[in-house]
Amino acid sequence: MFRISHMVMIDLIGEYERYIGRKIIFIIFTLILTIVVTGISATLGSYPISIPEVYSIVLKCLISHPENTKESIVWNLRMPRIILAIIAGAGLASAGAMTQGILRNPLATPYTLGISSAAGLGAAIAIILSKGIFAGKYVIVGNAFLFSLIPTFVILTLARFRGSTPETMILAGIAMMYIFSAITTILMYFAEPEAVKSAYFWMVGDLGRASWDVILLIFSSLLICFALLMWKTWDVNVMLIAGDEVAKSLGVNPERVRRFVMLVSAFLTASIISFTGTIGFICLVAPHICRMIIGGDHRYLLPASAIFGGALLLTCDTIARTILAPVILPVGVVTNCLGGPMFLYLLIRRKKEYW
Amino acid sequence: MRIRIRGLEFRYNSILALKDVTLDIHESEVVAIVGPNGSGKSTLLKCINRILKPRKGVIMIDGKDIKDISQIEIAKAVGYVPQVAKQSFPATVFEVVLMGRRPYISWRCSKRDIEKVLEVLRLLNIEDIAMRDFNELSGGQQQKVLIARALAQEPEILLFDEPTSNLDIKHQLEVMKIIKNIVKEKGITAVIAIHDLNLAARYADKVVMMLEGRIFAAGDPISVLTPDNIRWVYGVEVKIINDGELIYILPII
Repeated sequence: MFRISHMVMIDLIGEYERYIGRKIIFIIFTLILTIVVTGISATLGSYPISIPEVYSIVLKCLISHPENTKESIVWNLRMPRIILAIIAGAGLASAGAMTQGILRNPLATPYTLGISSAAGLGAAIAIILSKGIFAGKYVIVGNAFLFSLIPTFVILTLARFRGSTPETMILAGIAMMYIFSAITTILMYFAEPEAVKSAYFWMVGDLGRASWDVILLIFSSLLICFALLMWKTWDVNVMLIAGDEVAKSLGVNPERVRRFVMLVSAFLTASIISFTGTIGFICLVAPHICRMIIGGDHRYLLPASAIFGGALLLTCDTIARTILAPVILPVGVVTNCLGGPMFLYLLIRRKKEYW
Repeated sequence: MRIRIRGLEFRYNSILALKDVTLDIHESEVVAIVGPNGSGKSTLLKCINRILKPRKGVIMIDGKDIKDISQIEIAKAVGYVPQVAKQSFPATVFEVVLMGRRPYISWRCSKRDIEKVLEVLRLLNIEDIAMRDFNELSGGQQQKVLIARALAQEPEILLFDEPTSNLDIKHQLEVMKIIKNIVKEKGITAVIAIHDLNLAARYADKVVMMLEGRIFAAGDPISVLTPDNIRWVYGVEVKIINDGELIYILPII
């Protein structure tokens, strides 16, 4: 009798390990996918380069400087844009996955909390009101970044008085979104057509401003924020599965976790979109696709969403660069065009409830 | 003495939910808290493990004021079993029970944590449904999973919020029997907010009857569950049948 139940136990441990193993395999798969898409993306363009060449040039340039035209094209022209797509996608998807988790809402993203429209207003102010020497690109970036943090601080202040419940935070975020969009509209109504056009294109989101400096900034923000989010994944799991009350009885402070994750996600999102503009859909779609495949355990969902988000944004940007070549579309157009239908398809195809 | 409550008062904004509650709960006792809806049963439970923080009064566990203990330390001593009610986020039974190990792990779960989960699953005889989705289970099975999660905390006190209210009669008896066995075998103290007076009479060592946030009566089932008390607290006429071992409460309509 004892032996039989002992066998069941060992079998169950094995089953649980296989269950976790499948999630890890998916993460490894997304990593390989990213490397493959990087290779393909770097070969596309007016100068012909083969995939093996791309990999050897990248490996070589990691330790030394590019020496000829071919290496220079790969390393200085194509790779910055590719790397920016990967880290921007990874950051947006990470922030999206965790925001959905803490707000217990499949539609929630940092954008729902007003970050995108506030960043849009910041950029619009910089573009429309600044003239001559003040119109430098870092003014736009700085302004967008500062503005995008305003809704977060308003929501956190409000939460101090009304409690950090998902409902309060989402409703406050949506209110912010309307307020900032309205101000942007007023501003645009009175602005010069040229300025309106460039402000509008900023909001669509574009990876054309990639450079190694920008990459370094965003990458450091991504590393720090990702580690902080990863640290809270277990608590977010508890809150999501058990609810706030039981989470408290398990030693988790749900309101504090919610504020912390929201602040880190907002900072991460702001540091990306102030450089790229508000690229839509990645922060919503990438985590959902990963949830459908590996489920809602955030310890695995967060890294999976990050890597998959990177690969997804890179794929979209590769399409944006090539579909109407030599015209380069802003990547935000492609994410919106592809993201919507892809999402609907997945919703129809899904086999079981995942949310 | 395990739980000592003195002069407890709790308000939801302006509504007074608990008034001057004073109560002693001893080791390895099954204590049933009964009373009409809104009498403060659940509020009292939630104050005991500081899900709710009372303004006035003291709650001591093993002589220590719980105000001075961190939430994690409380979580290691007190397990809370909520009502099975709403659809929750999709998760396997194993994952739900693993959450009970949260007070002991901050990020990575060790082999010991996994073994502990298996141990409680086996104790409640639900290891065969370990990899099923929690939401696909029947109410009775779900209640057992929630009990397993609280047991995974290795608590010395278990709080149950109406553990039988969504179950059929077979599962009601089964769940109460499980609680009774855990208390006997592990020396755990169980505090159960419960509506069913007959279940309280059958399984509790002590019954606490509440009315409008106050303790109306407390003691062994026979002395608390009397026709007079029930008429006063619920406004219902009942007849008590005593077969020498157990009492049965029958409403007279």
